[in-house]
Amino acid sequence: MATDERIVITGVGLTSPIGDTLAEMRRNLLAGTSGVTEIETRFMGRVLAGVCRFDETRHQSRKDRRRGTRAGAVGIYCANEAIQDARLALAEIDRSRVGVFLGITEHGTVETENEIHAIREYDYDTRYWSHHHNPRTVANNPAGEVTISLGITGPHYTIGAACAAGNAGLIQGAQMLRLGEVDLALAGGVSEAIHSFGIFASFAAQNALARHSDPARASRPFDRDRNGIVVSEGGCLYVLERLADARGRGARIYGELLGWAMNSDASDPVLPNTERLCQCMQQAMERAGIGPEGVDILNTHATSTEVGDEREAVAIRQVFGDYPNVSVNNTKSYIGHAMGAAGALELAGNLPSFDDGFVHPTINVDNLDPACAVRNLVVGEPRQVGRVDCILNNSFGMLGTNSAVVVGRYPGRGEA
Amino acid sequence: MSPKDVKDIVLNIISTVSPDADLSDVKEEEPLRDQLDMDSMDFLDIVMELRKRFKIEVPKEDYPQLATLAGCVSYLLPRFLAVGADATTG
Repeated sequence: MATDERIVITGVGLTSPIGDTLAEMRRNLLAGTSGVTEIETRFMGRVLAGVCRFDETRHQSRKDRRRGTRAGAVGIYCANEAIQDARLALAEIDRSRVGVFLGITEHGTVETENEIHAIREYDYDTRYWSHHHNPRTVANNPAGEVTISLGITGPHYTIGAACAAGNAGLIQGAQMLRLGEVDLALAGGVSEAIHSFGIFASFAAQNALARHSDPARASRPFDRDRNGIVVSEGGCLYVLERLADARGRGARIYGELLGWAMNSDASDPVLPNTERLCQCMQQAMERAGIGPEGVDILNTHATSTEVGDEREAVAIRQVFGDYPNVSVNNTKSYIGHAMGAAGALELAGNLPSFDDGFVHPTINVDNLDPACAVRNLVVGEPRQVGRVDCILNNSFGMLGTNSAVVVGRYPGRGEA
Repeated sequence: MSPKDVKDIVLNIISTVSPDADLSDVKEEEPLRDQLDMDSMDFLDIVMELRKRFKIEVPKEDYPQLATLAGCVSYLLPRFLAVGADATTG
């Protein structure tokens, strides 16, 4: 199997705080409509969060949902939607040749918090601890639930890469296709993070949890008054195929994975390393066979934290500062930080640019922080740029895990 | 607490465990697993609900006695009476 086999996206299934279809999400991105809201959470009271409202029963029985997890439900919804979107009849294909590769930041936190809270009522008598807890909390749970839902007997696992996990899932799917291990990959990321109080509490303890009287304005990457992260749930799974297979069945192709890179900061558990961010972006572009002049849209990771946004801006100025062609945007300003789903969801929001030539803006930049100034940051209103050929999708996570994925229009320039 | 009360409690517990199941025509003498597509994890859910709602413990060696609805009634009735369970608790 050729290791330079071309890999394309032929289906998208997603749920986000601004929509449960790509079309709905895109409409809200172009309209500047935030999906951040306020929720009540255990021990924390009211917090800001990005909530998904997809119909859990659309592809899953109530019994299976009861036994499973929210992350599993997100995965099942997105996987089924992606398969339908790709116009694949699963019953007619060899499902031993389908793999499921989901990025997650964490898994098991929600379920463990719930169990401990539940047995408190029984004076911590562990006879009241659920027999479902182990299958709910193994790290592969979300991917495993997808395989059960769709009868997939190829490989499945989750990839833990903190906030870079969505890109990591995508990369793993592409690599497995190139290795010839699978013929179809369901790849992306999921998050159930808002259902854990501990995640909110820990960000709050770091002074990194967003506060704003208007939830829609709380996630404000690059803004002078940004004050932290909005935690969100969500999911985005892609159907990935080798180009030859996609063309062979006449599939609609959303884009091509031209190149990718992951690296590690090896410096700090929380604070990003600008040199490594630069290296990651440069390596991804190099593998894609392009330079900075070849990128039309750069989706930033920026989570609305003081230091993180600034350091990413420094890296962007270093790599792209001399290149006027790159339009820079951000999706977390709309949906908050969807954790394991972030990279995959944020890429999805930009994919329609290949068709409509618009770059969606980042919102809530009322006063740009000078330390975060980057060339061609698209703020407030979408920008019509004519033709988009290439998207660079950044995701950077805790413990210094970095990822960058380059997605190109298909067919590309000069191709039929 | 009557045998019918026990049967209603068991069916109520099953409706929690299998919310989409049609319980209108459950045969009392046939294995519940076959009629309602229930597996061993579902069965443990029933055991857990009996523990949570009525503090009734079902040892593992007694599980076969709960295989049918009739078996559930004959096994649980004396145990409900012993703990003074109220038919409305189920």
